[in-house]
Amino acid sequence: MLASILAIGILSAFFGLVLGYAAIRFKVEGDPIVDQIDSVLPQTQCGQCGFPGCRPYAEAIAAGEADINRCPPGGETVINNLADLLGVDPKPLDEERGEHKEQPEVARIIEDYCIGCTKCIQACPVDAIIGAAKQMHVVIADECTGCELCIPVCPVDCIVMEPVKTTIDNWIWPLPEITAKAQQPTPAEVIDE
Amino acid sequence: MRLSSFHGGLELPSHKAISTRTPIATLPPPQRVVLPLRQHIGHPAEVLVEVGQQVRKGDKVAAAEGYVSAPLHASISGTVTAIEERDVPHPSGLQALCIEIESDGRDEWTDALPEPTPDYQQLPAVELRNRLREAGIVGLGGAAFPTAVKLNPGDQHPIHTVIINGAECEPYISCDDMLMREQAREILSGVQIIQHILKPTRVLIGIEDNKPEAIAAMQQALASLDNSGIEIIAVPSRYPTGGEKQLIKVLTGQEVPGHGLPADIGITCHNVGTVHAVHEAIINGRPLIERVITVTGQGIEHARNLRARIGTLFSDLTDYCGGYTADASYLLMGGPMMGISLRHDQLPVIKATNCLLVASDAEIRHSGEAAPCIRCGACVDACPVNLLPQQLYWYARANDHDRIQAFDLFDCIECGCCAHVCPSHIPLVQYYRHAKTEIWQLEAQRQKADRARRRHEFRQARLEREKREKAERLARKRAALKRETRSDSSKQQAIQAALERAQARKKQLAAEAAARQSEASDDEAPR
Repeated sequence: MLASILAIGILSAFFGLVLGYAAIRFKVEGDPIVDQIDSVLPQTQCGQCGFPGCRPYAEAIAAGEADINRCPPGGETVINNLADLLGVDPKPLDEERGEHKEQPEVARIIEDYCIGCTKCIQACPVDAIIGAAKQMHVVIADECTGCELCIPVCPVDCIVMEPVKTTIDNWIWPLPEITAKAQQPTPAEVIDE
Repeated sequence: MRLSSFHGGLELPSHKAISTRTPIATLPPPQRVVLPLRQHIGHPAEVLVEVGQQVRKGDKVAAAEGYVSAPLHASISGTVTAIEERDVPHPSGLQALCIEIESDGRDEWTDALPEPTPDYQQLPAVELRNRLREAGIVGLGGAAFPTAVKLNPGDQHPIHTVIINGAECEPYISCDDMLMREQAREILSGVQIIQHILKPTRVLIGIEDNKPEAIAAMQQALASLDNSGIEIIAVPSRYPTGGEKQLIKVLTGQEVPGHGLPADIGITCHNVGTVHAVHEAIINGRPLIERVITVTGQGIEHARNLRARIGTLFSDLTDYCGGYTADASYLLMGGPMMGISLRHDQLPVIKATNCLLVASDAEIRHSGEAAPCIRCGACVDACPVNLLPQQLYWYARANDHDRIQAFDLFDCIECGCCAHVCPSHIPLVQYYRHAKTEIWQLEAQRQKADRARRRHEFRQARLEREKREKAERLARKRAALKRETRSDSSKQQAIQAALERAQARKKQLAAEAAARQSEASDDEAPR
C-alpha cells in the first residue's frame, strides 16, 4: 500500500517536473496561428476587411472575432486556403467588403496633375510612393500592392489604378482547352499573305 | 567504352538529310536586325546605346545585368533606329524590349574588339571566363544559359568530366551536324580552351551515330592533336539523347540527382555550337554575333543550313532559301518535338535559334480533339526522366500544386515523348508548362506579399518611432519651459525684494522727515 502510493507519488512528481521544464524550455512566444493566417493573406494592407492591415485581421480571425470571407483582394483562393488552414467550411466573399479583381492592379500618378501635397505618401501602407512637399510624387510599381488607399486622399484626383501588364516574365502558359477556344491566327494564314 | 542508356525515349525518323545536302551558306548581312534584350536565361541586358547612334559590328549595345546575364553586340554596322517593344520568338506571342539597327551597308568591325589571343594558355581561367562573358556567349543548344557561369562551378564542385554535346537528337535539326563536318578543327580548339579553364581529367564528345560524316570529320581533326585527353564517342540515335542529363547518363552511366545540376556530380555539358563560339571569342576576339541555323521542312523551297547574324528576321532566312512552298502551313522555331509555334515570320533570330522549321500539314500530326486519358501507361514507358506523366497530367488539370511538385514536375525536360506516344492525343507537355509557369507566378506573388509585409511592418515601426521621438521632444520642451518659469519666479523674488527694500527705504526717509519736522516745530515753539 505504502509502496504503491510512494511509487505513484514519485512518478507524478517526476512527470510534473518534466512537464514544468518543457513548458519553460519550449515556450512559444506569441500565437503561431496568427502567423500562419497572416502568411495566407495577400498583404495588400488595404483595410477592406475593416481592420487596419492584414495582421490585425489575422489576429481577429485567430481570436474568432472575424469571419474568413472579408478579404476582397485575396478572393476565393485566400478564403479556401483559410478554410483549409482552420478546418472550417469555405464561404462566398462578403460582397459588402468589396469586389475581387481577377487582374491585379497598381496605382499610377498622373504627373501633369500632381501638386506635391504628400497626402498619398502618408496614406500608402507600404511606402511605395516617393516624393516630397511640392515635388512630384511617383509610385514604385513593383512595390505597390494595389490597395487603393491613396486614391481617396488625393485632392486633385490624379491617381489612377492600372492593370499589371502581362509580359514574358509573368505570362502563364494557357491550358490546352483554352487555346483551342481562343482560335489564334495559324502560321498558315500568315504565310499565304 | 561501355555506354549506358536512359529509360524511355523514342526512335524517331530523323528527317535530317534534306538540310545536309549543301554546305552551310553564309547569309549576306541583312538590311536591319532586331536584337531582343533577353536572349538568354537570367536578367535582360541593359541598353547602352541611344536611338540615332552609329554602331559598328561587334560594338556592345547592351550590358549584362547581374551575374546570370549576357551582353549583346551589334551584329551589323549601321544606325540604331529604335529601342522599343517588338514581337519576339516566344510562345506567348508577347512583345519585349528590342534594339533595332538599320544597316549602313559597310559591315565594318568595331575597333573595340579584344585582342585575338591564340596563346590563351598564358591567361588565367578567370580572365578567359571574363572574355567569354563579355563576348555574350550563351549555350547555343537551345537553353541559352550564360556559358561563363557554367564554366565557373566554384570550389565545391570540381569538374572531372566535360561533355561536349554533338548528339543533336531532335528530328530535322542539323546545324550542329554541319558545323562539326565543316569546322571540326575550330570546335576542338574551343574544347581545348574549356579544358584550360576547367582542367577536367577527361573530355567526352558525344555524337549520335546517325551522323557518320560529322564523326569522321571530328576524328580526323582529333588525330592531329596529341595527348589531348579528348575522346569522341558515337552514341545510339534515340530521342532525347541530346538532353543534357540523358547524354551524361549515356556517356558516364551517372545520373544527375533530381532538382540538381550536372556540376553536383562533377560534370559540365556544352553544345558544339557553343564551343565553336568560345573558339571565335578567344582565338579571334569576336563576340557572338552569328550562328548556324537549320532552315528546313517541306514548306521551304531549298532546305539548308545558314550562318546568319543574330537579329536577322526569319523572313530573310526563308527568302534566301527560295521562299515557302505551297505546302507550307506551320512555322516553328526549334524542332518538331520541343519547338515553339510562331505566328508570323517577322521575328528575329536569337542566340537560341537552332532551327526554323516550315512544316507542311503532312509533317505535323493533327491530333484533333484530345480523347480522355485511358490510363494505358504508354507515357510512363516513354518518359526519359522516369516520371509519371499521367499523374502529372491529373494534378495539372486539378491545379494541385503540392502534389504535382511531389511528383517532381520540375524535373520534366518537356521533351514531348509522353505526348507523342499518347493514344488519346492529349497535349501533355502543355499541361506541364501551364503548371510550371503558374507555380512560378504564385511563388513570385508570395515573394511580393512577403516584401509588402516587411515594408508595412517597417512603416509601422517607423511611425511608432516618429511618434515616440515627437513625444520625447515635447517632453523635453516642457521641462525646459518649467525650468524657465522657475527662474522667472526667482527674478520676481528679486524684484519683490528690491521693491521691499525700496519701500523700506521710503518708510525710513518718511520717518526721518517726520522727525526733522517735529524738531523744527519744537524749535519754533519757544519763539
